[in-house]
Amino acid sequence: MTMTTTTPTTSGPIPLDDYAPIIGKPEVDELRALAASLRGHSVQMVNSTAVGGGVAEILTRLVPILQELDLAVRWDVMTGGNEFFGITKAFHNALHGGPYQLPPESFETFLANNQQNLSRLSMDGEFTVIHDPQPVALIKGRSNHSGHWIWRCHIDLSHPNPTVWEFLEPWVKKYDAAIFSSPEFVQKLPIPQYLFFPCIDPLSEKNQELPPETVRGILDRYGIDAKRPILTQISRFDRLKDPVGVVGAYRIVKRYFDCQLVLAGGSAADDPEGEAVLTEVREAAADDPDVHILNLPPWSPTEINALQQASTIIIQKSLREGFGLTVAEALWKKKPVVASAVGGIPLQVIHKHTGLLAHSVQGAAYQIRFLLSNPALAAKLAEQGHEHVREHFLITTNAKRYLTLFRYLQAGG
Amino acid sequence: MQGIECPFQFLTASYLVRTQDLKATTLAEFATGLEKCSDASIFFHTFQSLSRHHFLTEGFSNDFAQWVLAASNRPELAEQLASFDIREYTSLAELRADLRRVVNDFCEFHPQIATQQTFEAFAFCEAVEVAIPLAIAAGSLREFNEGLQKLSHASLYFHFIASRLRLHLSTNDFSHWFENSLGLTSLARRADHIDIYTNTLEGVRTILTQLIEKELCA
Repeated sequence: MTMTTTTPTTSGPIPLDDYAPIIGKPEVDELRALAASLRGHSVQMVNSTAVGGGVAEILTRLVPILQELDLAVRWDVMTGGNEFFGITKAFHNALHGGPYQLPPESFETFLANNQQNLSRLSMDGEFTVIHDPQPVALIKGRSNHSGHWIWRCHIDLSHPNPTVWEFLEPWVKKYDAAIFSSPEFVQKLPIPQYLFFPCIDPLSEKNQELPPETVRGILDRYGIDAKRPILTQISRFDRLKDPVGVVGAYRIVKRYFDCQLVLAGGSAADDPEGEAVLTEVREAAADDPDVHILNLPPWSPTEINALQQASTIIIQKSLREGFGLTVAEALWKKKPVVASAVGGIPLQVIHKHTGLLAHSVQGAAYQIRFLLSNPALAAKLAEQGHEHVREHFLITTNAKRYLTLFRYLQAGG
Repeated sequence: MQGIECPFQFLTASYLVRTQDLKATTLAEFATGLEKCSDASIFFHTFQSLSRHHFLTEGFSNDFAQWVLAASNRPELAEQLASFDIREYTSLAELRADLRRVVNDFCEFHPQIATQQTFEAFAFCEAVEVAIPLAIAAGSLREFNEGLQKLSHASLYFHFIASRLRLHLSTNDFSHWFENSLGLTSLARRADHIDIYTNTLEGVRTILTQLIEKELCA
């Protein structure tokens, strides 16, 4: 198979001043001050996909912001055949704690693909940021320890399969620094490990405030009553998101409040397990007309935005979670959140300050009832949640973290 | 007003969060962590925690207290940890000693609770600071007030909260300058009395602006 590397298309220039009404002009000025000594310096971002997935979504917005700050940023996407991506998918699952059943030769294939990409890519950035495991071995192309190499791991490494991690670890150790999304994911490594939280873009289609008529139109389309409380969980249909548990919590709440439940997620057409989970959820919902199970197309930002905006309470009752950016999206929209204390969720939901945490179906139901009974408190948590996201989980904060790291490394840190 | 010898140079600081190889999944491990973690980690989870959560003006004091409450469900210990006012400390060693004393006492009186698994682990972290001079300086109180309006939250935090440790004094950069460069002792004292636990950083800016404007009108 012919291999090519590609330079993906970003969202185009994003005037930094567009963010000033959201984060304040002083914060924008501070970004410019941070970037001043980095002006003209080259940054190379490398990942394995130009579209789809959280990493591409972040880079699509982050790269133009750094370019707007006059850094010479290039984003390269490595490519490979089906065999390579089959192996990296197996890596992905294994790093999340699953088994690894591919033969040992798969590691050779993985390295050969990285080598092939290396022959096509010019790895000459002063700051090279390699995203996730797929391109991890590109560091072999580093010449005489030149430049600063950073490995950005976006996935949950809290319980990695040792076979795969022991293969990757020697490569990771060659980097100058590693970045993880949660303290739970860090590993025993001889290099400094930093925490960068995933982020949302307040100017994106998924997070911009929608006109009320757009929200109403989408509710009408799905037969949701805007006049009664709406409880919503936005997640793909995956057992780890516990949609059946959400139905259980809703049933308890329903004894006390005339509410509706919306479970909206991505298409499960190519995922046999997803189809099975969807069936289980439909069975759990039975014929309750107030449970709306929406199997949305993979890219439905306006629908998701509208459903979040219309919700009374957002639920994220995951059993395991990487970071759970749907929580940040909900908080940004000033929605009270009830969520499980797993993965990166407690970083976003500070219990009793920016939302409520739960550890069981009954606990989630209790917290939902509590918020429905105390709308003033719910509004306060939501308002504080919004500020929490503004401070920590916006794309501009992510840009600031990269600038800070580059400056720190530039100064010999 | 005449030019003064030492103008105020506004700075800002940006922080990277670096993890330490230290986690606690019980209160006993937490006590050990408080003993072993770096000074930068004590700073991060107390002084910097206040900055990261400045928009919470009720009931949030520091990461340690919040974790004990949310992950261990021990409000009596959480309350004690939350009661420390960082303004009273000019050294991290003193703060660490007090934190350790409270947690060790609790573990000693409740040995069974001390070894119970918490809902979530506490990961000790620390921050790396990158300070940057801003193109704003003040040679008078009026210029200072103009500069104050242009500061980010990070800059306000750097001068008003983190400075206490840098100066090793029970004061902040602003008050220090008011008193030592402008001779405005009363303004310095009133500025230092602004409650950083019950005000957001934006609230601090507002009150400070009011105090300065009152001084300018006097």
